[in-house]
Amino acid sequence: MSAAANVLVNASAPSNETGYRTFTLGNFKISRDEYFVHVTWPAKGQQMKHIMSADAFLRAMMRDVAWGFFYGWVNFDGMIGTRNKYGQVEFYAGRYAPAYHDRGLDLVETFDTPLIMATFKAILEDFTNKGFDPFAAPDETGSSWVGKKNGSNTEAIDRQRQACKRMPGLPGDAELRSDSNGYPVNRAFADVVQDAPEIHAEEGFENDVHAMNLFAYLSRSDVTWNPSVTSVCGRSLCCPTTEEYILPIKHGNDRVEWFVQLSDEIEWEVEDKLTGLPRAKAIMKAGDVAAMPANIRHQGFSKKRSMLLVWENATPELPDMYESGKLQPYPVNF
Amino acid sequence: MSEFQTVFGSLNDYTKGELKIINDDPKHYVFSNIFDVASKSKPYEKVVVAINLEYVIEAVRAEGVSDWFAVAHDEFAIIMDGEVRIDLVKLDNPNAVAAPDKQGAVKVNGEPVGKKMGHIVCKRGHQALLPAGAAYRFTATKTGVMMMQTVIGDLSVQKWADICYK
Ligand SMILES: [Fe+2]
Repeated sequence: MSAAANVLVNASAPSNETGYRTFTLGNFKISRDEYFVHVTWPAKGQQMKHIMSADAFLRAMMRDVAWGFFYGWVNFDGMIGTRNKYGQVEFYAGRYAPAYHDRGLDLVETFDTPLIMATFKAILEDFTNKGFDPFAAPDETGSSWVGKKNGSNTEAIDRQRQACKRMPGLPGDAELRSDSNGYPVNRAFADVVQDAPEIHAEEGFENDVHAMNLFAYLSRSDVTWNPSVTSVCGRSLCCPTTEEYILPIKHGNDRVEWFVQLSDEIEWEVEDKLTGLPRAKAIMKAGDVAAMPANIRHQGFSKKRSMLLVWENATPELPDMYESGKLQPYPVNF
Repeated sequence: MSEFQTVFGSLNDYTKGELKIINDDPKHYVFSNIFDVASKSKPYEKVVVAINLEYVIEAVRAEGVSDWFAVAHDEFAIIMDGEVRIDLVKLDNPNAVAAPDKQGAVKVNGEPVGKKMGHIVCKRGHQALLPAGAAYRFTATKTGVMMMQTVIGDLSVQKWADICYK
């Protein structure tokens, strides 16, 4: 594990029966068996329990780790998830499920980011069997997540999120993707034109006159639902990603987030951030632009692998501006 | 042949998606379509389709030759449809055209004064850097649509009620 040396992950010895360890994070216990992940926590003198299919759990936790807990809430499902407090992270069970929360049967605990990150990475490593890639679409990866502990897939789970400083392909910035550096065109984007822009730079301006084929770059993404950063304008980040099957988490916004659908189609389910009650459905096709307000959570469904440009504003003060009511949760009045 | 067909949009062939409201105000989703917007725009009109504090994404109809523009910060253009040549000039005196704290693009009066940096020819899916301190001009060799990542400026046009589901 690449966890910081001073962070102690609380893990049991491997189970004699399944080979998986049980992890303790504060008052939460997280374990898995052949099919399921079990999360338990104490509330009102009883032991509460939540169950999830192990593949869904691993896909969700993979995103949470890869995104560094992202902006705001990462709900693994309607019951458990994390809230990023930037330096600390809350882990919760039942907090945004009113039937639990209203009766005091939920639990929220706050952890320093290095501890929860190290624990999540250790869980991912232990619960992921050989041959299962939590970043892949179901059609691309095996069903080897099922069963007792069988090897691992550290190569898949240690992938770094690709973030440029200015734009990929510039000297000293993120690399462009190609066959030769391990990024072949994905099967679902075999028809995407791979031509390059014509660049005619005068002498001395070779590093300033720059363009790339963004669609080709995206066609070579080896992961789903994992944005990379491809242009930076101050705190404005274009974070395109390729999407297939279901967004493994329900993202709860702590700021307005925007989507530009670059290709194909995604259907979004939008729910109230606190209660999970349905609010809207957005069916986005190529060229569509829509905001995800700061008071909702959303989950996308993409039948064919599609290109989605997620547009984020990384201004650190934004969550407080929404929380305090200084900004309304939606972006414009008209 | 691939069993998959990737669907991109264009000025002549796009379908705006749907917003189905269960319990909310459709305006909160600020739902528009870049091709739909550009199909009703004047050439190089900078129509804001997304905004977050001072940052914007603009939909721009690329048709014919544009004016020269300059910016004090980086901008990025993604060609969504058509074919666009971008000419770049390193301004001798960029601060006189756009002050260092000036946000968004400004129009350059007449021809830009400075060294030619070169030019780029972009087709659909290509992204170009419009670097801080440079002047740039678009020439659409095929009418199309660009998506610009920039900061709101004097030339940005907001007409949400005309472009969004209500
Ligand atoms: Fe999101």
